[in-house]
Amino acid sequence: MSKAQIRKIVTQVEETRVEMGKPIDPPTRKAVSVAVIANPFAGQYVEDLEVLMEIGAELGGLLGEKCVEALGVDPAQTESYGKAAMVGENGELEHAAAILHPRLGAPLRQAVQKGAALVPSSEKMGGVGAPLDVPLGHKDAAYVRTHFDGIEVHINDAPRANEIMVAVAVTDSGRPLPRVGGLTASEAVGEDGLR
Amino acid sequence: MPEVEVRKRIVTVEEIFHEGGERVKQPVRRAAALAIVRNPYAGRYEEDILPFMDDLKPLGLELADALITALGGDPQVVQGYGKGAIVGTGGELEHAALWHVPGGYAMREMLGDAKAIVPSTKKVGGVGTRLDIPVTHIDASYVRSHFDAMEVGVNDGPREDEILVALVMTTGARIHARVGGLQVSEIVGEDGLR
Repeated sequence: MSKAQIRKIVTQVEETRVEMGKPIDPPTRKAVSVAVIANPFAGQYVEDLEVLMEIGAELGGLLGEKCVEALGVDPAQTESYGKAAMVGENGELEHAAAILHPRLGAPLRQAVQKGAALVPSSEKMGGVGAPLDVPLGHKDAAYVRTHFDGIEVHINDAPRANEIMVAVAVTDSGRPLPRVGGLTASEAVGEDGLR
Repeated sequence: MPEVEVRKRIVTVEEIFHEGGERVKQPVRRAAALAIVRNPYAGRYEEDILPFMDDLKPLGLELADALITALGGDPQVVQGYGKGAIVGTGGELEHAALWHVPGGYAMREMLGDAKAIVPSTKKVGGVGTRLDIPVTHIDASYVRSHFDAMEVGVNDGPREDEILVALVMTTGARIHARVGGLQVSEIVGEDGLR
């Protein structure tokens, strides 16, 4: 039985074909999938946030798979990921944290295969239509500088006061024209999650 | 026919399970395909802009095809559609009108000669501007359950010398449609209206 009461799922793929006049071939591509769910604890202080942690586990797999499917690649071909949540005004920032941090990562890593690196994250409170910026980092080596990025999502009718927006982003590429040095994906070992 | 320069393409699919009423097993889906293209007429008044309308035709087909693919590949599931454009501030509203033919007829053709006019909207706007794209039934504009809209936009476009063009397709009525009017079962399907 699903714990998450999902009202809506929005999945988006963005591909960049030209950046500053330069063709990007193949295009860089980022997918983001967002679930709009009921906040079971809206309007009240609840000490034990276990239910939200279970919802996090459920959504990590569901949204991760939606992203990979939308990109149309093998899970092994994905390169970076990120997660974020926005709580409607009757909730508490800690509700977003309970969804994102304890259990969302493991099923997401299964969806993208491997995923040695920390999943970068952000959380906030916001009203309907507020933009949510999902941070992105390389899935196996957090220091890969070419893959530090982010993607904005925006749903005009969410989150309502008693809802939470939960977002997972997955890419098959880094920034379109990376040239600020640092560790590159080809140099990364990808075992310790950092380099 | 010069190639249209597409900087970015975005495809979004919404799956709607409920909106406070009964939860449905098969979600209603709305999909939007956006392309941010370079506006060849930005920064000046150009009398003859029709060549760009022809140039946009392959892009119309590409976006229509991307929408059908995003909805699972079967054009038969599509019940509503709409289109729109946002012109960057270096352009004029008339440039957005160039999207009517390539956007609209691409969808109608790929959906098996849909009968109804494709509803549309347009404006001039800066980077991050949002556009509410109207949606109506593909064969009969008066079907009240299918009057809908989808908001689109992208944080980094359209820049001054760009145009954001968009197409929308939906797989059903508003999730809890209940305000009467012409029903899908009552469509005659000849004049595109009823």
